Amino acid sequence: MKPLRPLIVLAGLIALWQLVVVATGAPPFMLPAPAAVARAWLSHTDLLLRHAGTTLSEIVLGMLLGSGFGIFAALVMAYFRPARQWLLPVLVISQAIPVFALAPLLVLWLGYGMASKIAMTTLIIFFPVTAAFHDGLRRTETGWLDLARTMDARRWAMLRHVRVPAALPALASGLRVAAAVAPIGAVVGEWVGSSAGLGHLMLLANGRMQVDVMFAALATLAAMAVILFALIDFGLRRALPWQPETAPSND
Amino acid sequence: MDASASPAPLSVHVRSARVVFDAETLFDDLDFPLEGGRWTCLLGASGVGKSTLLRTIVGLATDGGNSGEIVCSDGLPLAGRAAMMAQRDLLFPWLTAIDNVMLGDRLRGRRGAGRERAMALLAEVGLAGYADALPAALSGGMRQRVALARTLMEDRPVVLMDEPFSGLDAVTRMRLQDMAAAMLAGRTVLLVTHDPLEALRLGHRVFILAGRPARLIEDLRPAGSAPRDVADPDVLRMQGLLLHRLAEAQA
Repeated sequence: MKPLRPLIVLAGLIALWQLVVVATGAPPFMLPAPAAVARAWLSHTDLLLRHAGTTLSEIVLGMLLGSGFGIFAALVMAYFRPARQWLLPVLVISQAIPVFALAPLLVLWLGYGMASKIAMTTLIIFFPVTAAFHDGLRRTETGWLDLARTMDARRWAMLRHVRVPAALPALASGLRVAAAVAPIGAVVGEWVGSSAGLGHLMLLANGRMQVDVMFAALATLAAMAVILFALIDFGLRRALPWQPETAPSND
Repeated sequence: MDASASPAPLSVHVRSARVVFDAETLFDDLDFPLEGGRWTCLLGASGVGKSTLLRTIVGLATDGGNSGEIVCSDGLPLAGRAAMMAQRDLLFPWLTAIDNVMLGDRLRGRRGAGRERAMALLAEVGLAGYADALPAALSGGMRQRVALARTLMEDRPVVLMDEPFSGLDAVTRMRLQDMAAAMLAGRTVLLVTHDPLEALRLGHRVFILAGRPARLIEDLRPAGSAPRDVADPDVLRMQGLLLHRLAEAQA
């Protein structure tokens, strides 16, 4: 039952979609039926996969860069006190600027290619990863720190062997959020200005009234995002087998 | 090979210690002796400052308002020569039992150097078969035995223990007391506890700390060698005496 659950949910959503189409009698150029979208997907498979490849590359590269910068920034803030005092306000202020508003600027500066989308994704991921990891690094169990002190641990050893491992579950939470928002960054970047990618394809299809293709692109994007999240979640669970997991629903 | 063989005994004297915590003077002008190679047990009500005294000795209570000196019999500072064992096992959940035992080496950048000795110590605490188990897979008593092995792995002449057995059931506690008495023989031990029977089983000298600012109000030297029998009439008589003194002090 458990491995089938996502499929059942998917089938339920498609059935609901079909139900809405039938119940509202929406014309195909407003809301195409699932079967029509499936047909569009099959007749445009190459096109969709090619653009999906572009978007996926943007997402993955943005994830890597954003997570990398985020982890680095959190470590720097944890290790150097002045860095925390000066960097933290900058980070918070930077979050007050809506990243979407930066998209046109990024396209202006970095061009219509993948670079501006990768930058967009990197920006959108950077903050949740930094904030989650930095929080984890600051909440180390004091008993562990005391014990390490009696063992003559120096600051670097303390960070590397106590604080960082203890903060990995917090970092994992940040990375899960990152995996969920990364596709948003890439697609918003593509909408603002691009020559490839699923976001680009959706705009193009919209302009030509190919609503079924637009939905096919959307479905591809959704599938990619879900698979990406599932893979990262699975990897994080495997990487942190010691992290206790308890469900509030079992209490 | 006797992995827990002890170094030359070192006695430690706390002289005119003054510790202020939250604007309250926990102790003032307190003298506290730890005889070399002997067990000193410190009893007292919760919050009287037992743990703070222990932390002062090991150098962890370093916030302002504190003064006094820690004098060792060889005239050298105590820093780096005391190991600590706390009420909670403080095992790192991401390290296996053997890696937890070798934590000190890891923190000092000599990873894996004393693996043989660590294995021997794990065998001495009866956990030879659990070297590669994560702490989550061990029971409370087993975890505290790993903590004992980790403490001995440090091979320090002075061992400071803060209620290390208080979270265990009565039988497990008694077994661990016996094990600790045997393995820590010859070291200078301070055992902070709230259990008079435990103090009388293990201590060469038993103090009660009471009042504010706290003073030593009782100084017993139980006869015979530790671990003493829980049914020994002398032990039971002194347990009664200590309980009365503790109750008076809290009245």
